[in-house]
Amino acid sequence: MSDFAAEVDKLAAPYPERQSAILPALRLAQERHGGWLPPEALEEVAEAIGIAPAQVEAVASFYDMLHLAPVGKHMVEVCTNIPCALVGAQQVLDAFERELGVRPGETSEDGEFTLRAIECAGGCGRAVVVVVDEVYREPVRTEDVPAIVEELRRAD
Amino acid sequence: MPIREITLAHADERDLTKLAEYQAVGGYKPLAKARKMKPEAVVEQLLASNLRGRGGAGFPMGRKASFLAKGTGKPTYLCVNADESEPGTFKDREIMLENPHRLIEGCLITAHAIESKNVFIYLRGEYLDVFLVMRRALEDARKAGLLGDVTVVLHRGAGAYICGEESALLESLEGKRGQPRPRPPFPAVSGLYGSPTLINNVQTIATVPVIVEKGGEWYAKIGPEPSPGTVVFSLSGNVERPGNYELALGSGLRELIYDLGGGIPGGRELKAIIPGGSSTTVMTPDQLDTALDFNSVAEAGSQLGAAAVIVIDDRACMVQLALRSTQFYMHESCGKCTPCREGTRWMTQLLQTLEDGRAEQSELDLLLSVCDRILGKCLCALGDFAAGPVVEYVRNFRDEFQRHIDEGGCPFGGESSLKGVFAPVDQHSHAPVAEVPA
Repeated sequence: MSDFAAEVDKLAAPYPERQSAILPALRLAQERHGGWLPPEALEEVAEAIGIAPAQVEAVASFYDMLHLAPVGKHMVEVCTNIPCALVGAQQVLDAFERELGVRPGETSEDGEFTLRAIECAGGCGRAVVVVVDEVYREPVRTEDVPAIVEELRRAD
Repeated sequence: MPIREITLAHADERDLTKLAEYQAVGGYKPLAKARKMKPEAVVEQLLASNLRGRGGAGFPMGRKASFLAKGTGKPTYLCVNADESEPGTFKDREIMLENPHRLIEGCLITAHAIESKNVFIYLRGEYLDVFLVMRRALEDARKAGLLGDVTVVLHRGAGAYICGEESALLESLEGKRGQPRPRPPFPAVSGLYGSPTLINNVQTIATVPVIVEKGGEWYAKIGPEPSPGTVVFSLSGNVERPGNYELALGSGLRELIYDLGGGIPGGRELKAIIPGGSSTTVMTPDQLDTALDFNSVAEAGSQLGAAAVIVIDDRACMVQLALRSTQFYMHESCGKCTPCREGTRWMTQLLQTLEDGRAEQSELDLLLSVCDRILGKCLCALGDFAAGPVVEYVRNFRDEFQRHIDEGGCPFGGESSLKGVFAPVDQHSHAPVAEVPA
């Protein structure tokens, strides 16, 4: 048994039915494939769960946190839903666009950064919410943006 | 003063994420008490409390529990809806981050009440911080022997608003696309894996321990009779002190925004209030004296929903607000029902046309007609959540919509606080996987 299949076995153990482990398995596969799910990752998950790859892709394509195209080493996500938008989310997003040189949805040419706008992240009391590599930064003001980008560049 | 005696009790002065600290303030005593009671006696207390679901629908929890099918020969499941994603809502996140054991204790008491051995907490995928806190708290509770023979699975979602809808949550938990199921059968009869299932919101379950501790009748006396108890109000938007405020139901909207929230910053005027998250209909400043409970807000023509109060000042263009709201629902529509899938797209196009000043008079009528053709015509409420508020934006701010047509552009002339807000539905990071051979 492959190492991945053994890991999926562990993930599936708490569930009465094995297919329930598909989201945990996809999350693990995504981590192991550099933050996205190439076709071979979907096949690994399908084999480990015991369902068809098409079923896995149907699930993977439904969820916003699962990526079917390559992403940058760092993911910068700015909430632009109403509560954040009311207090300057667009200006924060604009600042990241300027600093990173990409538009929302795009990845920088050096493969370092993907910038995304996201829907309400559940941090409206400390808007504007920015999520960097799954960690919430809140609140973020336009003037905080260069330091965040600098910090990420330095971390490499 | 904010009441923080129920789900956020002691969270200000102690680190309740630590089991010993939680136990030091009486934590897990209600569980011990409940386990000495017969399950049906616990349900009796829930019924007596008249605790209404805090996820948005406000259905009495005790009644929901009493609907569970008995004698089916199948296991009974408890699912906790921790997929908090209604725009404006951030209460469950704070409850779980600051008081995770309260949720776990509520799960264990509820599991006892409905004779379930399997609890699933469906946690919003983005909430990594909550996941880490909850995982450690669960592990501590397990090591302390508190779980008994109950298994509690912490299941992370992966980014889909619709999975907060209870039947979509079940589909997702079964490892499928999160698309709602037709009902009947209701989850109480055929829920997770076709078994009787109780689904409740985090705050609802986290309220259960105090009901067991002090009795359903005690709880029923807090706030107004038809909707008693406390609710964590999530206050956001153009307000001086946004944040979570746990208050008795029936508290005043004006007190929340002005006394607790400190009013509108920068000397601006209040223009509109969304009282329960973006799926609820807009209220206007003349309604500030409305009491915040399920029935009073309904009488005022809106919904308490998830008690997410979004404050909007006079810089916001209401067409842009309606557009941004609709873009969200278009993005989150699961695609199963045609009226919602196609209707939200059509609404977005019409609102964009209005905002750009390209709309003709007939297109405003068409917008309302599209809304009408979504409302009540889908398997779940998402379509209603998209269309209902837009109808009310137009009704309450008709002059502003009309000016976009008459003046051939936005009357705010680029000065609106919501000008040009980019919506995720306009970005396409899910590129096709297939590669074209060279």
